[in-house]
Amino acid sequence: MTDTATKPDAQPAKQPNRLRTAMSGTAGITFLSIVMALVIGAIFIALSDPAVQEASSYFFSKPLDTISAAWTAVVEAYKALLTGMLFNPEATSLVNALKPLSETITMATPLILGGLSVALAFRAGLFNIGAEGQIILGAVFASYIGFTFDLPVIVHLLLAVIGAFVGGAIWGGIAGFLKAKTGAHEVITTIMLNWIAIYLVAWLLTKSWFLRPGRQDPISPPVNPNAEYPTIIDQWRVHAGILVAIACAAGVAWLLDKSTLGFQFRAVGANASAARTAGMNVSRMYLLVMLIAGGLAGLAGSAQVLGTEKSLSGGISAGIGFDAITVALLGRANPWGVVAAGLLFGGLRAGGLNMQTSTGTPIDIVLVIQALIVLFIAAPPLVRSVFRLPETGKGGFMETAKGWNG
Amino acid sequence: MKLELRNITKKFGDFAANEDISLTVNPGEIVALLGENGAGKSTLMNVVYGLLEPTSGEILVNDVVEDFRGPGDAITAGIGMVHQHFMLVPPFTVAENVMLGHEHTKGMFLDLETARSEVRRVSEAYNLHVDPDALVEELPVGVQQRVEIIKALVRDAGVLILDEPTAVLTPQETDELLDIMRGLKAKGTSIVFISHKLREVRAAADRIVVIRRGRVVGEATPEATQAELAGMMVGREVSLTVDKPPANPGAPVLSLKEVSAADLEGRPILRELTFDVRAGEILGVAGVQGNGQTELAQVLTGLFEGEVLGSITLDGTEITGKDPRDILDSGLGYVPEDREHDGLIGSFTVTENLVLDQVSNAPYSSGGVLKNSVIDRTAVELIEEFDVRTQGAKAPVSSLSGGNKQKVVMAREMSRELRVLVAAQPTRGVDVGSIEFLHKRIVAERERGAAVLIISSELDEIYALADRIAVMYRGAIIGMVGPDTSRDDMGLLMAGVTND
Repeated sequence: MTDTATKPDAQPAKQPNRLRTAMSGTAGITFLSIVMALVIGAIFIALSDPAVQEASSYFFSKPLDTISAAWTAVVEAYKALLTGMLFNPEATSLVNALKPLSETITMATPLILGGLSVALAFRAGLFNIGAEGQIILGAVFASYIGFTFDLPVIVHLLLAVIGAFVGGAIWGGIAGFLKAKTGAHEVITTIMLNWIAIYLVAWLLTKSWFLRPGRQDPISPPVNPNAEYPTIIDQWRVHAGILVAIACAAGVAWLLDKSTLGFQFRAVGANASAARTAGMNVSRMYLLVMLIAGGLAGLAGSAQVLGTEKSLSGGISAGIGFDAITVALLGRANPWGVVAAGLLFGGLRAGGLNMQTSTGTPIDIVLVIQALIVLFIAAPPLVRSVFRLPETGKGGFMETAKGWNG
Repeated sequence: MKLELRNITKKFGDFAANEDISLTVNPGEIVALLGENGAGKSTLMNVVYGLLEPTSGEILVNDVVEDFRGPGDAITAGIGMVHQHFMLVPPFTVAENVMLGHEHTKGMFLDLETARSEVRRVSEAYNLHVDPDALVEELPVGVQQRVEIIKALVRDAGVLILDEPTAVLTPQETDELLDIMRGLKAKGTSIVFISHKLREVRAAADRIVVIRRGRVVGEATPEATQAELAGMMVGREVSLTVDKPPANPGAPVLSLKEVSAADLEGRPILRELTFDVRAGEILGVAGVQGNGQTELAQVLTGLFEGEVLGSITLDGTEITGKDPRDILDSGLGYVPEDREHDGLIGSFTVTENLVLDQVSNAPYSSGGVLKNSVIDRTAVELIEEFDVRTQGAKAPVSSLSGGNKQKVVMAREMSRELRVLVAAQPTRGVDVGSIEFLHKRIVAERERGAAVLIISSELDEIYALADRIAVMYRGAIIGMVGPDTSRDDMGLLMAGVTND
């Protein structure tokens, strides 16, 4: 009875809270995490700026100097970051003006593919820390096919891309097989497989069948132009790998939502024992999901050797496999979320370089911002308490992670 | 000791788990708190025990207002609680468990002797027969419960709260517990007895307080009939008996021949089970929990992890050692005992859960692609047919009540033509209203010609449904009896006592 009486009063009072409630949801927390990371990043930028340091030496006589120096440093640095990500307004031609965007997409391509790998495994309840190793194996297979054979235009690229998928799938599949057959925890096995892959590529690049003739440093011959991902404009590095990444995101989304296999992946990930009771073969799902996840990471390797770098080198994966974990986390293990997160991180990588060259702000700031984003996303209650948002019970993402019990 | 609750309200967000509850327990009185799962009984007792802070209202002990900040305050005030799940350390002795949390010491050392003598004193005073030096893990469940009671009494509890104490006991152990409760009462201890079992409440309580949806809806004396009490609990008239025509059993469908099973450590779990379940009959498997019933269901469905010997046939086809997929596809439906853990995926929608074990089969998919329109249509039909109360077909199943969750599991399993239905604890934690419905569906399945195997630790349920009863004790079938067997004889069988 009393409920109906109080309702008319309660309704208008709730109105302004709608934004707060929305912000307390998954997307809102993600957005606020990025904002908070940028704010704290700004503090680090100010602290590391020489002008600010100089002004702070006489802070107590002229505090405004320090504050204005800090403000300038932060604004300049973030402006450089943004122009390095998207658009260079000072460029003389449109091609040059859009070059930052090309760089962002180039950087984003392997991150998206690696992120999809981690995200897919995650949906099946597995923590794939091994994208790094799977990327390396994909790169090894793709580059070997790329520089060894001499095949017609489309066939060569296709074969090299398939090779990349197979290479990554083998590496992921080993972890999946060990999980399925022996119960070995995938976190341990994938970390170890990363190290094996890192030293494997180092060893391969000392062998005559991988080392570029006439070179001593670890680098392979360049891949045959027929095996390269095509580009649109010569001055831009962006290549068709991004199309592969988008297609894979659509593929993973379809797999998860529309296929029986994806349904079973999700079921195993959400409650393995109910999945088993419902007649699903949990071990087989572990193996299959790691094969596909490994293959996706392998494609990230192909983007590096067939698109961006055009040859295999010791540092080919450059930590992409680890950033991929962050990308998957930021994208909430949702394929399109991963695409968005991959683009953001690609942009931070590209923009960070520009920030370093044009303002002298160390690129490490970008790493700090990335780390902070993850930190905040992993702790929704922290973000909620900072912004005084209501508790919704949503926004928690890590709670689906099985950790050591998976 | 006198305990009084005045206008207790406990809210979680907008949801009132308890609303304006007032309750008095007089010295030496046994008050039963009767209500369905989720009615708010446990919340109320957690408030009394200091585990939850009430949103409003007062707690008075011996007419003094108390403000409990935690269980420590409640214990000091003389309130003791025996939880449904025991809070004991299994590898410790009784005396060690009893002194846990308020250890006696001699200098730097534990003074075990004082603890042992305390246990002996309380045990003798209340006729509890507990050896202070026994290891808790080696004691039967009923005795473990008495250890919990001793723990409370050693700390001078004047009011003892027993939360669903009979859920884990045999009928004999239950009778013993009721005797102990009467003994405590005689010595002046007040008892709050939380239960949803009508028979026990009537047998033990001086006064019965009925709670529904967080409110006290009425009070009754033990003279009230079970039907009256059930009606108060549910808020409408319920039928406690299942209307079922006499069974008309056909040919054996599920046959077990000398089925034995051992777990991964090689311990024997099932011992030479031989029985048939016929088409059109319900075989009830009775027994105290932990005598192999859970594992029997796992063996039948191919889920058991361990070694299985002997032969299990379904319609003459050997299914021993096959994997769950094949067994389900050969016409066996399975309602697992732990629906949250094994029966449902909480984060999945009601719709997804309704096809969980059939997605790979026609008509729900073809060529590995889900047919979402068929799945959605089926789900809507099943929700309607089984009266699943949900906000929508796409709501996560975790948002449903226990009874509705179980309806989802049942609806899924009964959505195809079953040859055999294996249902373990089909109505555990389910409200009385839903129990009525689920029992009708199980009987309907029998009438349709399925062989039905019900595993239940609730004797009432076994009596209500079974045409024949197999009693399990330590992994073996100790007796195969008719539904007219008396409760006493049944209790003896469940305790492992045979006539010969």
